[in-house]
Amino acid sequence: MISLVKRPQPSKAWVVATPILAVIVTMILGGLLFAAMGKDPFVAIRTIFWDPLFNPDFAAYSRPQLLVKAAPLILIAIGLSLGFKAGIWNIGAEGQYIIGAITGASVGLAFYPMEAWFIFPLMIIAGALGGFLWGLIPALCKTKFNAPEILVSLMLVYFAEQIMIAVSLGALRNPEGNGFPGSRNLAQYASSANPELIAGTGAHWGVMAAFAAVVAAYVLLSKHMLGFQIRVTGESPRAAGFAGINANRLIIFCLGTSGALAGLAGLFEVTGPAGQITTSFNTGYGFTAIIVAFLGRLNPIGILLAGLLLALTFIGGELAQFMLSLPSASIQVFQGMLLMTLLAMDIFVNYKVIWRKKEAV
Amino acid sequence: MDLGSISLVAFFASLMVASTPILLAALGEMITERAGVLNLGVEGMMIIGAICGFAVAVESGSAAMGFIGAAVGGALLSMLFALLTQFLYATQVPSGLALTLVGVGLASFIGQPYVGESPPAVAKMAIPVLEHIPFFGPAVFQHDAMVYISILLTIAIWAFLKFTRGGLILRAVGENHDAAHALGYKVRLVRVMAIGFGGALAGLGGAYISLIRVPQWTDGITAGIGWIALAIVVFASWKPGRVLFGAYLFGGLTALQLNLQAANVPLLLVLPYLVMLSGVIYLAIAVAAGSWKKTLDVKPTLKTFAQFIGTGLVLLLIGVLTNYASSLDLLLLSSAPFVATIVVLVVISARSKGASNGPAMLGKIFQAH
Repeated sequence: MISLVKRPQPSKAWVVATPILAVIVTMILGGLLFAAMGKDPFVAIRTIFWDPLFNPDFAAYSRPQLLVKAAPLILIAIGLSLGFKAGIWNIGAEGQYIIGAITGASVGLAFYPMEAWFIFPLMIIAGALGGFLWGLIPALCKTKFNAPEILVSLMLVYFAEQIMIAVSLGALRNPEGNGFPGSRNLAQYASSANPELIAGTGAHWGVMAAFAAVVAAYVLLSKHMLGFQIRVTGESPRAAGFAGINANRLIIFCLGTSGALAGLAGLFEVTGPAGQITTSFNTGYGFTAIIVAFLGRLNPIGILLAGLLLALTFIGGELAQFMLSLPSASIQVFQGMLLMTLLAMDIFVNYKVIWRKKEAV
Repeated sequence: MDLGSISLVAFFASLMVASTPILLAALGEMITERAGVLNLGVEGMMIIGAICGFAVAVESGSAAMGFIGAAVGGALLSMLFALLTQFLYATQVPSGLALTLVGVGLASFIGQPYVGESPPAVAKMAIPVLEHIPFFGPAVFQHDAMVYISILLTIAIWAFLKFTRGGLILRAVGENHDAAHALGYKVRLVRVMAIGFGGALAGLGGAYISLIRVPQWTDGITAGIGWIALAIVVFASWKPGRVLFGAYLFGGLTALQLNLQAANVPLLLVLPYLVMLSGVIYLAIAVAAGSWKKTLDVKPTLKTFAQFIGTGLVLLLIGVLTNYASSLDLLLLSSAPFVATIVVLVVISARSKGASNGPAMLGKIFQAH
């Protein structure tokens, strides 16, 4: 007979152990899935998790990709984690990412073909501001009208996608693009380009920003009053109310910050790896970042590691698609399963599982 | 541009088709939430229903089998959510998100061999006698069976919640799970059943899209309808009649969008007047209801009326200033359902500010002692 006893405090050891266990369990489940499809599960798992980093045939190309793909995930997840900690659910990071890319790119394109040092910094500000304002919409709907921020932020993703399509076909379309949808290539315009800073590592300005965000979030959460308020609100909203913490200010801060960080991620993507705004610019970083935030336990260092891991699944997934002709959706299933397994394992964090003989009544 | 080419009969007929998937999914989610469970995985369950229904219908050659398969598929996926939240006590919000992520991925995974296939046609089931009524006949009474089933389901769910013992237990579990548990009701069992029912209906809604509305399989076919269904439950204050109204309102918007697009009429040309007209209707209803109850609150009523008219005028101005630019109009048309959802959520939440009228235990974890 199994019985569950609620722990007075979440177990610290299990908090660290469960994400690792969840990854292992998901690998096993994923292996079973691949086996069911008639692929060798060991080869599939190795192709996804090992080959991108250590196989001499692919590593030269794949390794730099790790940072390129991890940077937006980490930037967005750091922002999301602040809100998630306080029970504020921004699930519209994908939209904030798109809008940040559009506003940032618009500033750059407005200066084209002028070359000047201040253009890229201006674009960064515009990208962050765009994401910030887009994140502020659900925040204000919540504080002014008490509208659920989960649904409002998500609806804004679909709206942002439509705006992205509209500007790719209209306002931002490349006049020299032979009528194809999509803007000019910002990566090929020196003043707006976000190049690789250290050759062979993939590290562009977005990677630097991601590391800076990790450090800033760490300091904020462990040393700053605001971080303390976020933690209190998440753990006990009632206590936070009695302590006089201004809930509305916190909502605006969390949604605004995560919006700004997602906007930055979009800006660094559009000026670097993606190069241009197109009708299919967004690739789901905003949603995968939700998994990153949870897998990282809403802890900045954890998010850094989780971001790298999920970036690896993206790269390994592409490789597996190419080498083993695994369907591209399988990696999406894999990522979703990872979050599910993690949530399932949370029971060990909050409960003590005790085996005991059934007592006679 | 040709406003005259929009046929009202065709408009109402397409309205009912566009509304049915939203209605089905929203009804299911309403039952789940009335039991105190917030399942944000509607989009995932819908898309799984869409592909399961499609696959079963193609393989068996029968659309009816497809719908059964869709309900089973949606319910099965929802059991993952039930396992997480009811047996492993996981938090409901991230569990629902995880369900959507898994569902969308899994659907695309299963759906790969079905891209480009066409499903068996679904027969129209005209209602005898009624179908011959001029205008109403072709608009309302010449649809496929699912349209009628969805409306009958609304009535059945209303009656279930209002008149039956089962409905009372479901509501008790949603309003106060500790009291329900103390009375000897099996809180967990009720919730698992409610989650499964929600999954089955979401699956049916998804299959309606892939088998009848589109009818084809493409990745991401549900395109946010599951999320709109979630919003409609809030909009409807967890009441079946209002869920029907909300679903048809949104279906109407989608149908209007498609009809305007087909007739090549800029939305900005029509929208300002529609908004202002809504303001006038609102004023008329408020005055009528107010004078009937003898409690007409003049100031806020006039304020709301002025907001409607003001919004209409602003939209009119935008239209004139941009000269009804086609790219802007395309944007407005395609984003209309999502923007409307936000507006509706804001308006509804502002009304019930402070006191949420949702089930008291919504989203809370229950563990029996």
